[in-house]
Amino acid sequence: MSEATDRYIRDFEELLQIRLFEEKVRDLRLAGDIVGSVHLCIGEEAGPVGICSVLNPEDALFSTYRGHGWALARGVPIVEMFAELLGRQTGVNGGRGGSAYLTAPQYGFNGENSIVGGAAPIALGAALSGRFDGTNRIAVTAFGDGAMNQGSVSESLNFAAAFSLPVIFVCENNGWSELTPIEEMVGESDLWRRAASFGMRAERLDGNDTETVRARAEMAAYSVRAGEGPVFLELMTARLVGHYIGDAELYRRPGELDEAKLHEPLVKQRDRLRQAGLTDEAILQIESNALAAVERAAEVALAAPLANTFDGKEHVYA
Amino acid sequence: MPEVTRLNYGGAVNAALARILRDVPESLLFGEDVGKPGGVFGVTRGLQKAFGDRVFDTPISESAMLGTALGSAMFGRRPIVEIMWADFTLVALDQIVNQISNTRYISKGLASAPLVIRTQQGGAPGACAQHSQSLEAFFLHTPGIRVAIPSTPQDAFDTLLAASYSDDPTMVIENRSLYAGDKVDVVTDGAVKPIGGSSVRRRGDALTVVSWGSITRRVEDAADRAAQSGLRVEVIEAHWLNPFDWGTVLESLGRTHRLVVVHEANVSGGFGAEIIARVAESGIRLYAPPMRVGLPDVRVPAAPHLADALFPSIGSILRSMLLTASEGVPA
Repeated sequence: MSEATDRYIRDFEELLQIRLFEEKVRDLRLAGDIVGSVHLCIGEEAGPVGICSVLNPEDALFSTYRGHGWALARGVPIVEMFAELLGRQTGVNGGRGGSAYLTAPQYGFNGENSIVGGAAPIALGAALSGRFDGTNRIAVTAFGDGAMNQGSVSESLNFAAAFSLPVIFVCENNGWSELTPIEEMVGESDLWRRAASFGMRAERLDGNDTETVRARAEMAAYSVRAGEGPVFLELMTARLVGHYIGDAELYRRPGELDEAKLHEPLVKQRDRLRQAGLTDEAILQIESNALAAVERAAEVALAAPLANTFDGKEHVYA
Repeated sequence: MPEVTRLNYGGAVNAALARILRDVPESLLFGEDVGKPGGVFGVTRGLQKAFGDRVFDTPISESAMLGTALGSAMFGRRPIVEIMWADFTLVALDQIVNQISNTRYISKGLASAPLVIRTQQGGAPGACAQHSQSLEAFFLHTPGIRVAIPSTPQDAFDTLLAASYSDDPTMVIENRSLYAGDKVDVVTDGAVKPIGGSSVRRRGDALTVVSWGSITRRVEDAADRAAQSGLRVEVIEAHWLNPFDWGTVLESLGRTHRLVVVHEANVSGGFGAEIIARVAESGIRLYAPPMRVGLPDVRVPAAPHLADALFPSIGSILRSMLLTASEGVPA
């Protein structure tokens, strides 16, 4: 098997892990095992998989509350992820972060953020630190199209450009600013143009295609590491589910989801695997292996004890 | 012999920053105009020249500045970021309240935010309503953030040093009306103190007054006048508000049983209310109703004579002292 085919398979496995994790989370949420707001990234998996594949261990990565895929793609163990959402002691934050605000710096994932543009300023500092500690660390901050309309993101785009900071701004444009079409909330719906106007390289690309994302991310990482200033990548994608679990999605256009499902990451990756010569049986085998692994992980997480309430007052201060 | 330098308040801040930048290689200092210009109040003058690119100017982007502090602190730096006016923290409260304060707690200590936010606040003649607020209560209502509010050159030096060595994110709230004050002896080579603590500025058994920030000077003046009438007032200055030195306050009240709290901030929801509540919870019997002296619940007018009529004055503080000392009866 060629090196490229190996990579296609590895990417497919990562896409599947995220997709199946999210589907299992939805089941657990509807069953009441997981409580509270849950924001799934179903349909947006190719961005995390492609981008994380070009990061080094010392690099920084920040996402929003739609961040399970980013955490998994960065290498946060799936059992700890399930456990966190389930409020278990074994959760990556022992239940303190939950679905929408978990963090795992020990795995290179510097956290979700439930303020849509809240992490972009933090990424600036992470990027700056690499100038002083000899790591040449880069920082990735991923956020949605809606976050482009928060002032903190504009401040960060300018700040990064002014100081040529090694930041990759990843805008996952799924067309929906939560429940509202992004094009109705901006005067210029080519969001990359806004970033470009701050004085940085910016481009729009197919955010559902892992090979495209990886190739552009490699270029971006090379460029920011070389000190050429920040890069903005607008990943065009689609959220195949609601903003949150329980979202009635009354705002959808007729046929929108049917159309989007023709171009989603798993469909594209299956096509690529077939073109590389894999049989449908082989692909199905990968999928059933992935499903079994995710189910096992959920079982392990569910079996763990709930987080202790007695230590809930600890770690406020050093 | 300790090294003693004649410094005013601004000079003491500058000396502390220089010591931190000299002794802590991970430290950074940045903010609007702090680098080459040396700060709008001249407090950071000379530091960029001495310490190079660890001291730098930023765009007027408070969210970006505070986020830069947090992100760099998460990755091993010890940043000191200046927010020129406390009023300007309000355009970037997300970074302080939603981001910085949560970093350690959510991660159970795997991540932390050892950073210092230097700012300054309070009224001064002619300052408009967006440049004269006292906002410490905002940050005291945010678990995870430490708050210091020094009013003497030595405290300015010591609290900034303690804050920068602390692993907790800390707001050090200075006051621009103090920067150019008289030069006094400041010990600049002492050991780094732990965070927390208070200072008893006047000893007395008739009444306890708790205060902080620049208004403490008026409290001291009022206490001196009260002393001329034979009323010995104990004045406690809390140069740290979080952690707060409850022990010293409660010990004093155990002797005086009479309490006045004076702050420059608006009365409603001010930290004075918290002090009175905690004293009530402590069970210490008060002989007279406790009093709060602060800015009434108004905005701050620009014209000096209008503002002066609203802020606590030596006269209004003295009246509260006399009233609290004379009301009620010992049990």
